[in-house]
Amino acid sequence: MAEWESVKPENKALSWFEERLPVLSLMNNVMGPGTPTPRNLNYAWNFGSLAGLMLVIQIISGIVLAMHYAANTGIAFDSVERIMRDVNYGWLIRYMHANGASFFFIAVYIHIFRGLYYGSYKAPREVLWMLGLVIFLLMMATAFMGYVLPWGQMSFWGATVITNLFSAVPVVGDSIVTLLWGGFSVDNPTLNRFFSLHYLLPFVITGVVILHLWAKKVSDSGNPLGIEVKSSADQIPFHPYYTIKDAFGAGVFFLLFAAFVFYMPNTLGHPDNYIPADPLVTPDSIVPEWYFLPFYAILRSITFDIGIPGTDIIFIDAKLLGVIAMFSAIIVLFFLPWLDTSKVRSTKFRPMYFWFFWILVADMALLTVVGGKKPEGIWPLLGLIGTFYYFAHFLVVLPLLGKIEKTLPLPESISNSVLKPAE
Amino acid sequence: MSTLETTNHEEEGVSRRDMLHVGAGVMAGVGAVGAVWPFIDQMNPAADTLALASVEIDISQIETGAAVVITWRGKPVFIRHRTAAEIEEARTVNVAELPDRQTDDERVLAGKDEWLVVLGVCTHLGCVPLGTKSGDDKGEYGGWFCPCHGSHYDTSGRIRKGPAPKNLEVPEYAFLSDTTLKIG
Amino acid sequence: MKMIKNITVALTVGVAVSISAMAAGAGKHPLQVEWSFDGPFGKFDRASAQRGWQVYKQVCAACHSLKYFRFRNLAEIGYDEDMIKAFAAEYEVAGDVDDFGDPTTRNALPQDVFPSPFANDNAARASNGGALPPDLSLMVKARHDGANYVYSLLTGYEDSAPAGFDLTDGKYYNEYFKGAQISMAPPLFAGSIDYEDGTEASADQMAKDVVMFLTYVSEPSLEKRHQMGIKVLLFLLMLTILLYMSMKKIWKPVKEGKNFYED
Repeated sequence: MAEWESVKPENKALSWFEERLPVLSLMNNVMGPGTPTPRNLNYAWNFGSLAGLMLVIQIISGIVLAMHYAANTGIAFDSVERIMRDVNYGWLIRYMHANGASFFFIAVYIHIFRGLYYGSYKAPREVLWMLGLVIFLLMMATAFMGYVLPWGQMSFWGATVITNLFSAVPVVGDSIVTLLWGGFSVDNPTLNRFFSLHYLLPFVITGVVILHLWAKKVSDSGNPLGIEVKSSADQIPFHPYYTIKDAFGAGVFFLLFAAFVFYMPNTLGHPDNYIPADPLVTPDSIVPEWYFLPFYAILRSITFDIGIPGTDIIFIDAKLLGVIAMFSAIIVLFFLPWLDTSKVRSTKFRPMYFWFFWILVADMALLTVVGGKKPEGIWPLLGLIGTFYYFAHFLVVLPLLGKIEKTLPLPESISNSVLKPAE
Repeated sequence: MSTLETTNHEEEGVSRRDMLHVGAGVMAGVGAVGAVWPFIDQMNPAADTLALASVEIDISQIETGAAVVITWRGKPVFIRHRTAAEIEEARTVNVAELPDRQTDDERVLAGKDEWLVVLGVCTHLGCVPLGTKSGDDKGEYGGWFCPCHGSHYDTSGRIRKGPAPKNLEVPEYAFLSDTTLKIG
Repeated sequence: MKMIKNITVALTVGVAVSISAMAAGAGKHPLQVEWSFDGPFGKFDRASAQRGWQVYKQVCAACHSLKYFRFRNLAEIGYDEDMIKAFAAEYEVAGDVDDFGDPTTRNALPQDVFPSPFANDNAARASNGGALPPDLSLMVKARHDGANYVYSLLTGYEDSAPAGFDLTDGKYYNEYFKGAQISMAPPLFAGSIDYEDGTEASADQMAKDVVMFLTYVSEPSLEKRHQMGIKVLLFLLMLTILLYMSMKKIWKPVKEGKNFYED
């Protein structure tokens, strides 16, 4: 564990306060000069702070939107239109919030894949990794409920389809769904509780983020070489080196974000959500937001029952199996630290895993595409193959690979590897 | 092993805080401040609220001696068509003796002094004074009487007796024509 | 670096493909028109939007409501206050309940919503052979490639369905509509209205004008958004360049291999 380094301010008042509540010391040990950090972190390490920034933007813009939004089926859609048309800068704040969700997910997905590539989930960072997955799950719940709030067609039918997933649970499924709805269909009680939870969960996320950072402090940052820090020569202070690097990364990220907010604000959304919810008319195709598509594809890819062939005996029907598959797709990540048996963290020294990693990325991209298509023609088959590979990657490839892969020799230390010997 | 000193007081550390870093810092600060404005301004009245900020009233139906109350920006406004006697009464008052010194001329539009337009909010604690409807208690000075704490207003809406410190407020208004009054 | 690029490419491709996948709805791909509001500097063409308002008022408003449009919004397409009051006064809306408790009507005011042609959805269906004419205030945003879609739909009617196509009675053949059968009769005919500004009212011109107007109604903040976007992007670009140079300077000793803890 990293050492704790207290700050002793020279200013009397500051010093008095610091002795009673060591805020400066806390900052110093999380992102200050007193946080020794591997000197070789590349730009893939920028996305954690970016995700944090997006969380802040989402919370601030969300609180502001809640000042104008009305969580009632009769006027929810109208109140959103009022925000877009009449509230000062309402259009800007709403587009920031809507696109901010996408950019939050972009940052988090890259953050997760960075972890997969550099083996960030391996000992001693298992808990750090699992806390990240908890954040990811909470984000998905938050984003889903947030998408329901404008009460457009996609909001309504997305809510209907996703809550109906729980009806797959044996015996109590229908009761659970009724409980979630607070009625016999998605209606006003549903909208009201979704709003309440959508407001609550970001603060829960913030809490888990604090635990995530705490776990990071305990186990220290990983690094692209995946080897331990051997001496102080391997490290540099977090501030100013990584603060300025994160600031530069944020500049680039915000440029992209602003391009969407100002010039493509509806590109990542769905036009059907500008049609007020109508419980009697289902849209042609119900497509979740892009960040849910891979998991949606996994859900839909299961179209077969598990039972005894040739008989009517069914153990698990297709509906339940699809739901199990979808949730398992994330649950399996919790076991990743033990499924990956390789002693080497970084893919830099794992020539075989390198290829499997990129196959996994391609597989996720494929599932994203499949999730956006209607389940016709070739797509269900591709979805099934994609789903199969997804699970095979984690359950078969990773455990075996650690045993058979010949890894490349690891460098002696970070400083040796990074610093070219002087001429 | 590490201390703040070794990082901050490095020979280059301080002197290198040159214009570049200051410039970047200042610019980031300016950006942050600029970004805050939309989040504050959204709390100001929205376009639909502002669209209701002025109202137009047809005053042709208000007979001499009568008064109406209308709603403007969520508050009552008294419009009183004063009789010659009421105008006279308002004018002859010795201004120097009033708690809130104002002549009647300052409270009506020149040439339209038969029309008195005031906010129907008592300047004491915000109750709505009586005196607009026929049959109301108009107070000792023939204007309005606030039942909450007994403030008496005269025919110019000026405070004459009671705890209220100020005269009834005159909103901004104008006559668009002889029969149309615009408030706000 | 390379890895971030790879990931970004993979994800961007995934997102892009899935968006285009979603875009592939039923109905023929709309014609592509060059609109004045396209692009980062795009603005509404005021004259065209005003003509479009005339088309909406005289043609579309017979069946289609415009729930989120208020008369005062006309200010942003170049009408002054008196003209807006005059436009509004042409319509009657429900007034306050009178002293006897009976409903009243009054002339519309700038702050009023454009009145709907029908009292409710059922009345609208009953008058339109069972089909509900949709509200148009968000039409351009509620369809993929909305501006081009509405334009193509308005100009895409064909006199007869192709041989073998089973056209339901009372429907019209229009390939841009999902399923190619639409309940709306062809609405625009050359010369069916007289433009106040003297522009020749061809069906094509009317379609373009009404799309201009409806795009404004769907996204009134478009011009403000475009203008602010330029400023924000330029600002962020300069800030990012400054941060980059600052970073390079700060990182110089690290790149030179300095040990910060044991010197």
